[in-house]
Amino acid sequence: MTTAVAGGLSLELMLKREGFVLDVQTALPARGITAVFGASGSGKTTLLRCVAGLETEAHGRVSLGETLWQDSERKLLVPTWQRRLGYVFQEASLFEHLDVQGNLDYGVRRSSVPVDGATLAAAIELLGIGSLLQRTPQGLSGGERQRVAIARALASQPRLLLLDEPLASLDAARRRDILPWLERLRDEISLPMLYVTHSMEEVARLADHLLVLENGRVKASGSAGEVLASVENPTIVGEEAGVLLSGHIAQHDAAWQLSRADFPGGALWVRDQGWPMGRAVRLRVLARDVSLAIAEPRDSSIQNQLRAIITTVIADDHPSQVLVRLDCAGTVLLARVTRRALHALNLAPGVSVWALVKSVAVIG
Amino acid sequence: MSDGAVLDAVWLTLKLATVSTLILLLVATPIAWWLACTRSRLRASVAALVTLPLVLPPTVLGFYLLVALGPEGPLGRLTQALGLGVLSFTFAGLVLGSVIFSLPFAVQPIQRAFESMGARPMEVAATLGARPLDAFFSVALPYARPGLMTAGVLGFSHTVGEFGVVLMIGGNIPGETRVISTQIYGYVEAMQYNEAHWLAALMVVFSFAVLFLVSSIRSRAGRLL
Repeated sequence: MTTAVAGGLSLELMLKREGFVLDVQTALPARGITAVFGASGSGKTTLLRCVAGLETEAHGRVSLGETLWQDSERKLLVPTWQRRLGYVFQEASLFEHLDVQGNLDYGVRRSSVPVDGATLAAAIELLGIGSLLQRTPQGLSGGERQRVAIARALASQPRLLLLDEPLASLDAARRRDILPWLERLRDEISLPMLYVTHSMEEVARLADHLLVLENGRVKASGSAGEVLASVENPTIVGEEAGVLLSGHIAQHDAAWQLSRADFPGGALWVRDQGWPMGRAVRLRVLARDVSLAIAEPRDSSIQNQLRAIITTVIADDHPSQVLVRLDCAGTVLLARVTRRALHALNLAPGVSVWALVKSVAVIG
Repeated sequence: MSDGAVLDAVWLTLKLATVSTLILLLVATPIAWWLACTRSRLRASVAALVTLPLVLPPTVLGFYLLVALGPEGPLGRLTQALGLGVLSFTFAGLVLGSVIFSLPFAVQPIQRAFESMGARPMEVAATLGARPLDAFFSVALPYARPGLMTAGVLGFSHTVGEFGVVLMIGGNIPGETRVISTQIYGYVEAMQYNEAHWLAALMVVFSFAVLFLVSSIRSRAGRLL
């Protein structure tokens, strides 16, 4: 049994296919974006379809808060149309025989709860599609189609929003267009969302909670920051290894176009992107951008230097390298160094070091 | 044979084709949906059964229908028990024969349309709260409209052009079961080649127009996709 989170999504699912088994037991929070991350073929989409009730052969138990959607032991399987959920598919899934307004109205008219005009208007406003209402799906760009699909899912007032790689079918430029809309969605509505992706960038920008799947099983589940920083059971190694820090803008250095972002374990200078003081930001620090020094480096070009203590050393995906987990006044950082450097500097758990942070990605 | 007989035959042909087409669409659509969606083991047998009229000589089909619909046949007993009388050599019997004979022409385009739509639109409809029957009418049928139109046009024209089944189960009764194709046969039998020419030419023009219409429906549907 998994411990349920109040109001959250509780899953115990088993689905056997030829050459693939989905076996997932987890409890997910009642609000915010939970990113479902994993390589292709790890079962992300299948998991989402099970939650929606589209995989009728799945066995197990699915509940959202007090509402039971599936309990195979009691032969209960609430059909998809009776589950109050929104689903945004990977590729454009608008009804081609209806215009944009018709697509939006389709869900509104069938919602099991009365939807007032304000809800629809809010969804249209939130996704910025007010000027597209009379257009047909054929006349929309890929990004516009996905925005309409998201608005359509929102307009029927779901209790859970499922997004299956909504950006995967778009090129990089369109992806950048639509990401801010998704951030807005996360910040302005309290609806819980399951967001399937294999992009670390999307995880870093959007996820509050992270569920990592591998070969149909849960490899890790927890707050995005914790899961990304856990090296005992490294979920993401290689180029993507790194941590996610939550901080806020605390100082501006106008002369050099820099801003100081404070996080619980210290502070990092980042590029000034015009953010106001106090603005909450996410900082993504990749392990490959963190070097280690025994003594305080006084004449280094790297000005982001943090005191830290080594807690663990684990193997990376190449034998020449290791990932070093650091405790920086309570905040976890990851550094990637070579085994030779580890040996030369006598780096081991308990040793006090300087972490030199070469680059920080600041995510709005 | 008089002009009145020709008009009677034309009128009866159009009436037969219209009634048959309407019934055909009502019957073929659920069969096509089932064939497009099912994973049942019966699928192959049903598909073969529906396609059978395509390869059987019309006289074979007409013969079995004649036997079945007759006073001693199973269908004949049923229709008599229901108080409908015996349907062989009547307009109703002709309609039944035409529907069965044209079934593959109607089922196949509709089935293809449902298959090319895939499962996704129905899943989308379900996630938006549409129950299956609602989703069928509000999503599947609109998607399959080009297929339905093709099925209607093909079913109609195929009924107009039918001869063997009509002759077997309808006989050639003026005003009741004598349609254009049997009328032409009558003219030829009576050596009235001039009259036969007129009616035959009419059929050629009609068939060409129908095929032209079907191919323009297809290309328009193609542009939409």
